[in-house]
Amino acid sequence: MADQDIDEHSGVETTGHEWDGIKELNNPLPRWWLIVFYISVIWAVGYWVLMPAWPGISGYTKGLRDHSERANVAADIAALDEARAEATQRLINAPSMQAIENDPGLQQFALAAGRSLFGDNCATCHGSGGQGFPGYPNLNDDAWIWGGALEDIKTTIAYGRRSDHPETTNTIMMAYGRDGLLPADDVSDLTNYVLSLSGQDHDAAAAQRAPQIFASQCAVCHGADGSGDRAQGAPNLTDAIWLFGGDRATIYETIWNGRAGVMPAWEGRLSEAEITALAVYVHSLGGGE
Amino acid sequence: MTEQRATPQGLGTDGMLIASFLGLGVIYWLFILARAADPLITFHAYVFILAFILGLFGLVIRATNPPSDGRGAYAMDVVKAGVFASVFWGIAGFLVGVVIAFQLAFPEIFYFENAPWTNFGRLRPLHTSAVIFAFGGNVLIATSFYVVQRTCRARLAGGLAPWFVFWGYNLFIVIAATGYLIGVTQSREYAEPEWYADLWLTLVWVAYLFVFLGTIWKRKEPHIYVANWFYLSFIVTVAMLHIVNNLAMPISLANSKSYSLFAGVQDALTQWWYAHNAVGFFLTTGFLAIMYYFIPKRAERPVFSYRLSIVHFWSLIFIYIWAGPHHLHYTALPEWAQTLGMTFSIMLWMPSWGGMINGLMTLSGAWDKLRTDPVLRMMVASVAFYGMSTFEGPVMSIRAVNALSHYTDWTIGHVHSGALGWVGYISFGALYCLVPWLWKRKRLYSNAMVEWHFWISTIGIVLYITSMWVSGITQGLMWRAYNEFGFLQHSFVETVQAMHPYYAIRAFGGTLFLIGALIMAYNLWRTARGDIRAAEPQPQPQPQPLAASVPAL
Amino acid sequence: MLNRHEFFEKHGIFLTIGILIAVSIGGIVEIAPLFYLESTIEKVDGVRPYSPLELAGRNIYVREGCYTCHSQQVRPLRDEVERYGHYSLAAESMYDHPFQWGSKRTGPDLARLGGKYSDEWHRQHMQDPRSLVPESVMPPYAFLSRRALDYRSIEGALKANRAVGVPYTDEMIEYAVRDLEAQVDPFSANYDALLARYPKAQIRNFDGDARQITEMDALIAYLQVLGVMVDFEEYQAEENYR
Ligand code: HEC
Ligand code: HEC
Ligand code: HEC
Ligand code: HEM
Ligand code: HEM
Ligand SMILES: [Ca+2]
Ligand SMILES: [Ca+2]
Ligand SMILES: [Cu+2]
Repeated sequence: MADQDIDEHSGVETTGHEWDGIKELNNPLPRWWLIVFYISVIWAVGYWVLMPAWPGISGYTKGLRDHSERANVAADIAALDEARAEATQRLINAPSMQAIENDPGLQQFALAAGRSLFGDNCATCHGSGGQGFPGYPNLNDDAWIWGGALEDIKTTIAYGRRSDHPETTNTIMMAYGRDGLLPADDVSDLTNYVLSLSGQDHDAAAAQRAPQIFASQCAVCHGADGSGDRAQGAPNLTDAIWLFGGDRATIYETIWNGRAGVMPAWEGRLSEAEITALAVYVHSLGGGE
Repeated sequence: MTEQRATPQGLGTDGMLIASFLGLGVIYWLFILARAADPLITFHAYVFILAFILGLFGLVIRATNPPSDGRGAYAMDVVKAGVFASVFWGIAGFLVGVVIAFQLAFPEIFYFENAPWTNFGRLRPLHTSAVIFAFGGNVLIATSFYVVQRTCRARLAGGLAPWFVFWGYNLFIVIAATGYLIGVTQSREYAEPEWYADLWLTLVWVAYLFVFLGTIWKRKEPHIYVANWFYLSFIVTVAMLHIVNNLAMPISLANSKSYSLFAGVQDALTQWWYAHNAVGFFLTTGFLAIMYYFIPKRAERPVFSYRLSIVHFWSLIFIYIWAGPHHLHYTALPEWAQTLGMTFSIMLWMPSWGGMINGLMTLSGAWDKLRTDPVLRMMVASVAFYGMSTFEGPVMSIRAVNALSHYTDWTIGHVHSGALGWVGYISFGALYCLVPWLWKRKRLYSNAMVEWHFWISTIGIVLYITSMWVSGITQGLMWRAYNEFGFLQHSFVETVQAMHPYYAIRAFGGTLFLIGALIMAYNLWRTARGDIRAAEPQPQPQPQPLAASVPAL
Repeated sequence: MLNRHEFFEKHGIFLTIGILIAVSIGGIVEIAPLFYLESTIEKVDGVRPYSPLELAGRNIYVREGCYTCHSQQVRPLRDEVERYGHYSLAAESMYDHPFQWGSKRTGPDLARLGGKYSDEWHRQHMQDPRSLVPESVMPPYAFLSRRALDYRSIEGALKANRAVGVPYTDEMIEYAVRDLEAQVDPFSANYDALLARYPKAQIRNFDGDARQITEMDALIAYLQVLGVMVDFEEYQAEENYR
């Protein structure tokens, strides 16, 4: 390193070493670079003073601001609850759907909450527009399995249907074929009979053989005329609206394998006000009673 | 002194050691095969046995045919193999990236419900490992073997050990990649391979460290060149990270499944300490080493500042380690650790830019070359992307920003500005330099094709990262948007739906990047064959004296 | 500076040692305290080790790479708490080897998924996500319903977990296979014993197919237990602000 080696182009001294033809200039650290580096360090030290930062043997430095994101979010939520307290109280205490509809401010509030909750909690089963999927009822129409009054809807949401909630309803449609309750011929006859109830194409001779079986096996739930029973959640079989599907194969499958669709219970996961708001929203989708 | 054994023919002690090691390996895996009740490890046992037997064959062939790069000169055959592997894995990794990008954009077309190995969840780790470890790793191994020899004026240490490193590492890649496809994974991001692959990599890595250090010990230069500091810190630190993060308890020696030594919050921080520093030491210091050799070499200019090299090297490696918790902002990780992660990330900004400054300023006096030399341009663009992502990174580390960016495509955009721009381009630059040097060609087959590569993939990168910024910020904002009553405005699936156009743009951008790489592969292959594209001017003087010529030892 | 640095530049071994020291400090200071500071993991009731079936399901979750799209970590931010429920606690993943917090939400967070949907919904959704959520980009996992669960090494899995600190008892290990089989069979003789070992375990035929224990059974059993162990009515939030 004794002899100075100066780079021709920049006039800067090199370190005097060379590796495979590469040399290094002895430029100083860029000033702005060093200054920004120092600033970032000073900023960090300031941050450590204010915020929880350094661990020790039995704890950590809490910082002057004693910051806690958990405390912050709890405060955020508490403030929201506080701001909404009046509206939620009125919602929970509303005596009827009518009363809510008569109070446009409250109705808007409930619909806004309901729409929001519906998107993340219900749409996955009932579709983003509430149109449903096979096995998951359409909530837009006038056909209700369990009832379309505000209270019915609230009950459905809070306790679920065939859910794990202690208050839930548990009636199921048994697997008549699979479990050997009825021979295959009867299931096939019943299928034709059910098709006939809703006026679809069917084998008349087969349907003729079924009314007795229907009366003895099915009427308890679906009613003598097949129009369903809301107390048990047994759907109406005489209309064109089907939960699982009204084609021959699906009906056969329903009777053969049974059905027990589960609507989860939301009590516990959602607050009473939220459940009410959802019920108002579902009610407003078009088919509310 | 490079003559390590009396008989250049025959295997020598290094070869015998490796041979007995492989022999033992075969016996071990036969033993596992006999007791395995787990089809997954059985499959890998066969792969290992096959690979070891091939290795033994290779040794036999080696013993009877002396290698072309001799025993005295630089060991360049292994570098050539590394170049080949880099290009191969690069294309494979980009291709899988394009596939998963299309899966997210057009899910109906690109999923096969009964072919589990085609699912996104299995292909995504295949992509990340293929690009980072297979492509990036081979580039690092190849260039480090090249650079350390040239800058130490010494042949690689360890006789056949470099070959063991090369093949052993690529065997690790094969085990990892096939593992993801059949469902073998630890789910630790960037460390997904299971315990036996991890152990195998540990052996290979130790060999790598010894080859590298051994070459440094043998050096003829009084000083260790800055590129080698960076390579060394990459090798040493990755060893530490790899070992600690992969500590796990297998169900049994004959079972592929293991359970991490740590749980929950401790496991999370260990993992992100690892993964963040995989970025820091694999994707940053390793590739900075490449920059420190190839840019001054190609530009024929001295490195801008030796002092800056020293300060930014030590501050970079010291500070990087602390920044891991920025991946766990707002999680159940205690807030004090998040504070440390954030503040150290901010302090990391200037040390990172030290590398950028040294890279870019080395060009002073050679800026005009950017117009004529697309390879140099690619490397400079790479350094610019490096500067950009190491500015974006500290910004994203700020808790308030991270609250928005975390979990979204913003992170993906950040990753790929670093990955495609920095890692990709510096690697391509190094490969474009290396192939003519290694195969002793006067120039590349086609410079025009390098231009094409550069522009096509630059458009690809721009489409990729801008679409991800937009989609990430859109999604982050949608998640926290409220309606007039303060209730959430959007359901989750609405945000999924909103991502669709950006996913399509990203897939298109990725395709362009892949096309660029294919052009490169073709160009390099023709170069290695010694062709020169007819339409282009015949060779100009080369920046590098023909590299593989026998050094003055 | 130049001269002092020469020391590292001339001795590879000291350069190596210097690097090792520089890169060790940060990790030690940040990671080690998590093992001894009391405040790291909240004191809660209810978090228990996974039942064998849940653990088998978790293995499938890991194997399929669900974490590449789903986080399991609700952050203490207003929108997340409103969308997903209570923010995640460290205690909730204290038996998770490895953790599954994730880093990307292509799909929603799953930390509070348990009980949100029916088993049947999960089965249908896993088989064909777009049949229920047309906007979804999630892959179909129909094969899970067909593949029999391979639980030959479930006992070993519990043992390995115990070796890394999960408090599985000898009894739990001994009964691992029987507990796994019992959990898909509501009429099992082992019903009460299973519940005693794994309080509040859900015992159902999760995939609706009584003929075999499938991978779908295990995965749904795992999904249904996510985030339901801690009783937040009892949880003392203020004591765990940090
Ligand atoms: C796991 C899927 C699932 C989710 C999530 C779900 N439901 Fe349901 N829901 C069902 C099923 C299945 C039924 C029909 C039950 C039956 O078959 O009797 C149902 C029935 C109903 C009914 C009764 C319809 C009738 O005709 O009587 C209402 C109202 C309802 N759901 C509202 C909601 C609301 C509001 C939410 C969100 C808080 C919700 N559901 C979430 C599956 C679900
Ligand atoms: C114990 C009460 C019960 C009895 C008895 C019963 N069902 Fe049902 N049935 C139900 C319930 C409840 C449902 C709705 C299941 C659900 O929502 O998941 C249903 C659904 C159906 C459906 C599907 C309707 C649709 O919209 O898709 C058909 C068809 C049907 N039952 C036919 C029959 C026939 C035929 C019989 C006699 C063999 C019968 N049921 C006996 C309770 C009963
Ligand atoms: C390619 C990304 C991707 C992968 C991989 C993926 N998912 Fe999903 N997942 C989604 C998306 C997007 C949604 C939201 C739309 C929907 O409900 O399908 C989702 C939704 C879900 C939901 C409903 C959550 C809720 O609260 O509504 C569950 C449960 C789920 N996924 C489980 C899994 C499991 C288990 C795996 C692995 C076996 C998996 N997912 C793999 C993208 C993915
Ligand atoms: C100063 C330098 C950098 C800092 C401070 C930084 C910071 C960050 C931050 C804050 C995240 C997001 C974490 C999250 O929210 O989940 C991130 C993610 C990431 N960054 Fe950087 N970054 C830097 C440079 C780079 C570079 C140069 C690369 C090169 C390729 C890179 C690769 C990645 C990757 C791969 C991830 C994704 C990790 C994951 O979630 O899987 N980063 N970085
Ligand atoms: C053709 C080019 C590429 C395409 C199309 C592509 C595409 C993708 C896609 C679709 C993802 C998943 C994103 C998500 O989960 O939403 C991804 C993740 C990732 N890719 Fe690439 N990629 C490409 C090249 C690269 C390269 C060259 C690298 C690294 C050198 C890289 C590193 C990564 C990493 C680290 C992740 C994980 C990010 C995270 O977890 O946050 N990719 N890539
Ligand atoms: Ca691993
Ligand atoms: Ca990630
Ligand atoms: Cu990071």
